[in-house]
Amino acid sequence: MAVELENVGLTVRGAVHIHPTSLRLERGTINVLLGATLSGKTTLMRLLAGLDQPSSGRVTYDGRDMTRVPVRKRNVAMVYQQFINYPALSVYENIASPLRVQGVAKAEIETKVARAASLLRLEPYLQRTPLELSGGQQQRTAIARALVKGADLVLLDEPLANLDYKLREELRAELPRIFGESGAVFVYATTEPSEALLLGGNTATLHEGRVTQYGRTVDVYRHPHDRITAEVFSDPPMNFVDLNLDGSHAHLPNGQNIPQIGTLQGLASGSYVVGFRPNHVAVTNRPGLVPIAGKTAVSEITGSESFIHVDVGGFRWIALEAGVYELNPGTDLTIYLDPARFFVFDGNGRLVRAPQSEGGR
Amino acid sequence: MAKIELKNLAHSYKPNPSQPSDYALKPMNMTWEQGGAYALLGPSGCGKTTLLNIVSGLVKPSQGQIFFDGQDVTALPTEKLNIAQVFQFPVIYDTMTVYQNLAFPLKNRHVPASAIDARVKEVAKMLDLERDLGRKARGLTADMKQKISLGRGLVRADVGAILFDEPLTVIDPHMKWQLRAQLKRVHEQSNVTMVYVTHDQTEALTIADKVIVMYDGEVVQIGTPQELFERPAHTFVGYFIGSPGMNVIAAEVAGDVARIGQHQITLNRAVTAPAGAKKIELGIRPEFITLNGAADGIPVKVKRVEDTGRFQIARVELEGMPLAVIMPEDARIDGDVARLSVDKKHLHVYADGHLVEG
Amino acid sequence: MDKPIDNRAWFLALPVVLIVAFNAIVPLMTVVNYSVQDTFGNNEFFWNGIGWFQELLDPTTDLGGRFFDSLGRNALFSAIILAIEVPLGVLVGLCMPKKGPGVAFTLVVMALPLLVPWNVVGTIWQIFAREDIGLLGWIVNHLGIDYNYTLGPLSAWITIVTMDVWHWTSLIALLSYAGLRSIPDAYYQAAKIDGASRFAVFMTIELPKLRRVLLIGVLLRFMDSFMIYTEPFVVTGGGPGNSTTILSIDLVKLALGQFDLGSAAAMSIVYNLIILAACWLFYTVMTNVDADRDATRVEA
Repeated sequence: MAVELENVGLTVRGAVHIHPTSLRLERGTINVLLGATLSGKTTLMRLLAGLDQPSSGRVTYDGRDMTRVPVRKRNVAMVYQQFINYPALSVYENIASPLRVQGVAKAEIETKVARAASLLRLEPYLQRTPLELSGGQQQRTAIARALVKGADLVLLDEPLANLDYKLREELRAELPRIFGESGAVFVYATTEPSEALLLGGNTATLHEGRVTQYGRTVDVYRHPHDRITAEVFSDPPMNFVDLNLDGSHAHLPNGQNIPQIGTLQGLASGSYVVGFRPNHVAVTNRPGLVPIAGKTAVSEITGSESFIHVDVGGFRWIALEAGVYELNPGTDLTIYLDPARFFVFDGNGRLVRAPQSEGGR
Repeated sequence: MAKIELKNLAHSYKPNPSQPSDYALKPMNMTWEQGGAYALLGPSGCGKTTLLNIVSGLVKPSQGQIFFDGQDVTALPTEKLNIAQVFQFPVIYDTMTVYQNLAFPLKNRHVPASAIDARVKEVAKMLDLERDLGRKARGLTADMKQKISLGRGLVRADVGAILFDEPLTVIDPHMKWQLRAQLKRVHEQSNVTMVYVTHDQTEALTIADKVIVMYDGEVVQIGTPQELFERPAHTFVGYFIGSPGMNVIAAEVAGDVARIGQHQITLNRAVTAPAGAKKIELGIRPEFITLNGAADGIPVKVKRVEDTGRFQIARVELEGMPLAVIMPEDARIDGDVARLSVDKKHLHVYADGHLVEG
Repeated sequence: MDKPIDNRAWFLALPVVLIVAFNAIVPLMTVVNYSVQDTFGNNEFFWNGIGWFQELLDPTTDLGGRFFDSLGRNALFSAIILAIEVPLGVLVGLCMPKKGPGVAFTLVVMALPLLVPWNVVGTIWQIFAREDIGLLGWIVNHLGIDYNYTLGPLSAWITIVTMDVWHWTSLIALLSYAGLRSIPDAYYQAAKIDGASRFAVFMTIELPKLRRVLLIGVLLRFMDSFMIYTEPFVVTGGGPGNSTTILSIDLVKLALGQFDLGSAAAMSIVYNLIILAACWLFYTVMTNVDADRDATRVEA
């Protein structure tokens, strides 16, 4: 099954909530909707589920037009940020509830619930009620209920946002495996770029009601088509600077020049915007890097890494360096950029060059 | 401005606590220096919120005392304590402007209008709120509202400590970076004592000078971010701090040799485990393991590699035990088997969960 | 885009259409019909055009004078009871316990007056306030205060206002209580930390958060008090003289007492329009408040 949006848009009383969007989400894939609060993630999910009707375009499931079919008649499941379970029912009954509604035979319910429970490691808690569970267990119950339903489309709206950091980390690692075994179309909304990367699959970046890019998660991360996508898909936030190229050198707003090497090499003269990730800004020199003079604004230390906020000619950048660097605010600091890691955007914010990268297995 | 001391402080929500598990907060002694930034870090239910509520006067402890600058304030109600608090969800006065919100605590204390004006403007400058002073507070974004909450604490000259209860929960990731940096700068400028409660290690580590790691109502370790990262006193600290957390592997240790199944690692020092220890483990952070760095490394099975963008996490298996390894973003592993080597300086031995000093 | 269309679905709406037609549209049309005609009995009707309306809206005529007097009493009654019930209700709401065993008890006690039927309320107060056998009337008179609602207009007004306050303050109290319960504790804690006085807490936190719920309360109480009939009719019957004759009572006198069907019909239509206009006004104000909030939410 594939869920497809064809030019789906939503306008409410003159205000555009979703700009016309076309997306094709395949069966057995995880599709992350990544964007800030109010960027339209939840609205897009509601359109996919049929909780809202689009003001233009079509929604199809496996080629069948479902645009006007109400949500009750579609086979969808949803998991919310809040842990929504039936408080009076046991975990077992909570998971079984969609099957009871469907009138599934008792023996089949038992096997299905047992499978979902083992997938989500809920076996020890089946006889408890949700109020006796931790937040993570409650949310796992909600996810199990969504899975057991056998829905074609499972929507998860920031399901881990209300959980503790460590629990989030653990569930994040488990979710791809759980999703992979189910075979439905998964749509997962999050504000956190790292979550999108850990879930893998495909990612659609959203900004102000517009899907700016959709593709394999790593591809979107490594090859954002425009500046906004790069901004949305970066945590810590990507650093930007306006550059003027004259064919041999790049001129920074603070009056410094750097040679046109790395991804800048061979670019025509003119103005560009360059973006680079904080982990590619160093405070110690290495071969191939270019020095830039700046001033320390704040340095944050996590014990293993330092996040150094640096002011460079009216721009605020963040440098992320392994090790501990206690720097006093206001002190001069030379930082080192790697031109091979520059994302180059033109005046309209379109990607001109992206750094080469390889990795993995 | 205040130095806060907790003496033999404990709390139970049950009327007659008889056993340790009845306590939400087990007896503890602690001193928070004037002007310091402290973070209480731990999972939900570890007692960090109870501790914060005791300091803010909302909960009266079952036993022990709290001192502000040497004065016993255990019995004082919230309004008599010189503290301010920033809550998880922004609390602002809807009908007032930003200016009126910031002036409110001073007006209630009958500070002269001219002094209020000067102080409000000073704080607004510190928080980058100068241009928004005339706006109605209701229409503002969550991060601005949190800044106003903080500002209401900062305006008071008498404020002894500002308490933060997971203040960045409702803030978008991009905004968190700005707010954290701003908070840090404000702390440096204002010299006020800050106590910050969170379950998010990044927030705790970046904001605080000293992090207090709590687990099950107990303080497990107090230390600087670097100490917590490099020398976790307990396997829980190793697990809770760091992402992914420290690898903990069952092992046998004799002198300077650690044995993991049929493999052997030489430690950089001889370690004597305390007599009667039931469980001996090795702890090593994923950051300090290298794959295929040395030819004589221990062979491990590579299960999968996760790409986090900034770095990669290799999930490997050693003698059936899972290990996480952090690799640079461009590193590649070919094949299913890799050779693992560790930075011995950062390899620790734990007996029943506690660090064995060598 | 092919939305399933099945015209048989219209049959499902038929019962509602029939019920509404019989209990609303037909009677309303009858009233409209009466309002443009005059009758001298014998079921004979004469066309009178907008004559009744002209007379009704002209305060110099008998009918007009009477109408505006009653309307004035209605407005006064609504104004008084709103001025008493809203602040009193909020005050009671503030005093109600927020937790503990007292909650259920208070809620039941507060709900009791709301459960008593209108005519029973009237009867209770009619007896309770009598100066001869009523506990209240007897005590007040023995305290040396001259109080008799069948003779003194002021006594009559005090009686019906007190009765309405007794009957309906609970509603405002329960609404405020629900509104107050929905304010997170953090707000109170923040106010304590900011050193706000109890009054400041009320003005800066509680009142703004109660705004919507109070608007609904005021709307309900306004409409209900403007249309009130049973209780004052049972207690005073509009007297003494015409001192408590409000529009609804006047209307009944006119229609069923004097059988002036034409003028009564015209009066009821105008009465109806006034209430509709008031409702529209409230609705607009309330939706504006909502729009204001929505705008806030989008920004936040």
